Amino acid sequence: MGTTTIVILVILALTVLAYSVARNRALAGAGGDRRKLHSLPTYYGTNAAMFTGVPALGVLVIWLLAQPMMIESAVVKLIPDSVIAEGSSVGLVMSDVRRVANGLDIVIRSGGMTREAALALDTTTTDVRAALAAVGVALGSDVKPKVLSAAQAHRQQSSSGRVWMIGITLALALIGFAISVAISKPDFRARNTVERGILALLILAASLAVLTTVGIVFSMLFESINFFRLHPWTDFFFGPKWAPNFRGNSDLSILPLLWGTLYISAIALAVAVPIGLFAAIYLSEYAGAKVRSAAKPLIEILAGIPTIVYGLFALLTVGPMLVNIFGRGEDGLLGVEWMSGATAVLTAGLVMGIMLIPFVSSLSDDIINAVPQSLRDGSYGLGATQSETIRQVVLPAALPGIVGAILLAASRAIGETMIVVLGAGAIAKFSGNPLEAMTTITTRIVSQLTGDTDFASPETLVAFALGLTLFVLTLGLNIIALVIVRKYREQYD
Amino acid sequence: MKDLNTQENVVDTENVKIVARNVQVYYGDNHAIKDVNVEIEANTVTAFIGPSGCGKSTFLRCINRMNDTIDICRVEGDILIDGEDIYDRRVDPVQLRAKVGMVFQKPNPFPKSIFDNVAYGPRIHGLAQNKADLNIIVESALRRAAIWEEVKDRLDAPGTGLSGGQQQRLCIARAIATEPEVLLMDEPCSALDPIATAQVEELIDELRENYAVVIVTHSMQQAARVSQKTAFFHLGNLVEYGETAAIFTNPTDPRTESYITGRIG
Repeated sequence: MGTTTIVILVILALTVLAYSVARNRALAGAGGDRRKLHSLPTYYGTNAAMFTGVPALGVLVIWLLAQPMMIESAVVKLIPDSVIAEGSSVGLVMSDVRRVANGLDIVIRSGGMTREAALALDTTTTDVRAALAAVGVALGSDVKPKVLSAAQAHRQQSSSGRVWMIGITLALALIGFAISVAISKPDFRARNTVERGILALLILAASLAVLTTVGIVFSMLFESINFFRLHPWTDFFFGPKWAPNFRGNSDLSILPLLWGTLYISAIALAVAVPIGLFAAIYLSEYAGAKVRSAAKPLIEILAGIPTIVYGLFALLTVGPMLVNIFGRGEDGLLGVEWMSGATAVLTAGLVMGIMLIPFVSSLSDDIINAVPQSLRDGSYGLGATQSETIRQVVLPAALPGIVGAILLAASRAIGETMIVVLGAGAIAKFSGNPLEAMTTITTRIVSQLTGDTDFASPETLVAFALGLTLFVLTLGLNIIALVIVRKYREQYD
Repeated sequence: MKDLNTQENVVDTENVKIVARNVQVYYGDNHAIKDVNVEIEANTVTAFIGPSGCGKSTFLRCINRMNDTIDICRVEGDILIDGEDIYDRRVDPVQLRAKVGMVFQKPNPFPKSIFDNVAYGPRIHGLAQNKADLNIIVESALRRAAIWEEVKDRLDAPGTGLSGGQQQRLCIARAIATEPEVLLMDEPCSALDPIATAQVEELIDELRENYAVVIVTHSMQQAARVSQKTAFFHLGNLVEYGETAAIFTNPTDPRTESYITGRIG
C-alpha cells in the first residue's frame, strides 16, 4: 500500500471520528435534550467531518498534482545541453531521468540494493542499465552520469516532498478536527455552515464544467499558436492546397478541407431537413396518441446509434449501392461510369443525413407542439384544412425554432467524424462532383494525429489549428441557433 | 322534474337560421350535452349563459363542427342551418366553417401582418379575383370590425403587436372577411379590459345587421347588454331559452333564477 493511500485512509478515519465526536459533544452540551440544540445533531457531525476532511483532502489532491511538475522543472535545470543528443529533445532525456528514478525505487523495494548504496551509485563502477534491466525496467541506452545525478535529485526531492505532504495534510486534518469539535456547542449554527458547504460543492461542480471548456480552448489555442509560428497563417487560411509532407515543406491549407466539410454537410442537411421536418409534422399534427408514443422513441433510437456504426453502414451498404447505380459501366444500373469507389461525398452525405433526421425531427416536433392550439383553432374556424393550417399558420409561427434546430443539426454535421472517416475518402480537393471522394476537416485531424507523431512539426500541429477553426465554426452556429430559439420562445410564453 | 326540462319556445319561426334537435354530445363516456333543442334566429344576438362546465361552449363548437378536431368527442342529433343538416355526410366541415365564422376566447391573431391576417380566409377560399379585390375585402372587413381607423396606416405591421382589444377586433375582422352567415363568439371579451370590452360589445350589436350572432359569455350583464335572446345551460341541459329581457326579469325555471341571482354557478 502506498503512503498516499495510507494518508487518505487516516484522514477519512479522522473524518468519521470527528463526525461522531462532534455530534456527541453537541448533544452532551445540551444535556441530551436535542430540542435545546440549534441544529439537528447530524448537522454538528457533518460540520465537523467537513472541516476535518475537506481541507486536508483538497491540499492532498493539489499537492499530488503540483509536486511532479515542480520537481520536473527543478530537475530540468540540472540537465546540460551537452547530454541532449542530436535529434533528441529535453523531453526525451527527462523521460529517461524519470525511468531511472523509478527503476532505482523498484530496485530498492525488491531488496536488490540498499538505500545508501543507491544514493552512492556511480556510472563508472556500476552498470546501472543492467541493474535496472534485472528488475524489469528497460532503458534505451547506457545511463549517462548527468542523467543519473538528475535521477538522484529527482528521487531526493520526491521523497522529501512526500514527507512534507504527509505532515501538512495530517496537520490540517487534526487542526480541523480540533477546531470543529471545540465549536460544537448547542448554540453553534451548524445547520447554516453545512448549508454553505453544500453551496460550495455545487459551485465547484458548475465551475469545473466551465473551466474544462476554457481549458480545452486554451490548450487548442496554445498549440495553434505553436503551429502558426512554424507555418505561415496565410497558407493555412488562404492557400490553395492540402498536401502534408512529413519531410517538411507541406502545403497546409484549410480551404479544400472546409469545402469538403461544407459540401458533405450540405448534402446531409438536404437529406435530413425535409425528412426530419415532414416526420415532425406528421407526428405532431396528424399522428394519433398511440402512433406518436410508438414512433417518436423509434425515431430517437436513430440518435442513439454510435456514429462508427453509421460509418460502417456507409462503407459497406450505401457506398456499394451507389456504385451499383452510378458506376460499374455496363454492369451498373444506369450503365454509366461516374463513380469508381464506395467512398464519396454522396455516400457520407446520405448517411450523415440519416443520422441527423432524429435531431431535426425531435427538435422540430417540440417546437411545433409549442405553437399554441389557439392559432390552429383560429385557422380551422376560418375554414382552413389541416395542411393549409400547417403551411400558413403553424410553420410560419414555428419557423425561428425550426431554423434553430437546423443550425444545431448543421453544427453536428460539420463536427461529425466517424462517418466521414469511413465514408468520404481521403483526397483533399475542390470539386463539385458528389460522386468523387473528398475529405473533411475532422478526418484530417484524425489522420494527422494517428500513428507516429512529432509534436514539434507543423504537419502534426496543424491538427490543433484545424480543430480550433472547427470549434469556432460550430460554436458560432450553436450560438446563432440558441439566440434564434430563445427569441422564438419569448414570443409565446 | 319533468317541467324543469321544458322550455318556452318563443321564436319567430319565419326568421330561424339554426335549428338544433335532440343534440347529445359525449366526450368519451362523459355525457356533456343532453338533449338540447333550440332555434336560433338570423339578425339576432343570442347569448348562451350558464356556470362553468355547463356545456355552453361545447354546444357552440357543435355549430361549426369544431368538435370534430377533438378525437374523443361524439355528437348525436341534428343541427340544421337554413334547413340543411350540417352533420350530414355530404357536408364538408371545412366548407361549413367558412360559412359559420368563429371568434375565440383569447385573441389569436396569426403571426402575420394585419393585412395577411384578414386576407387569410379570402385567400384560402378564393374569394378575391385579384389583388385590388382583396384590398377591398380586407378594408371592408376591418371597417365593419371598427378597427380600420386604428390600423389603416400599418397594415404591414404584425397582428400580434396590437393591444388585446385591437387583436380581438382584428380576429372579428378576420372572421367577417370570409363572409360567414353565422358568427360564433366564445367568450370574446373574457381576456379584455373594460374599455376594449365596451368596444367589442358595441361591435357585436352592429354585426347583428348582417349575421346571426351566437355569443357564449360568463358575464350576465354582458348577455343582458348585447343579446336579444338568451339560453341558460346547466349541467349539459338547456334549461331555459327566450327573450333576454324575460329571462333576466321573469325566469320561469327556478334554476335560472338561482343562477341569475347568484345562488348557483
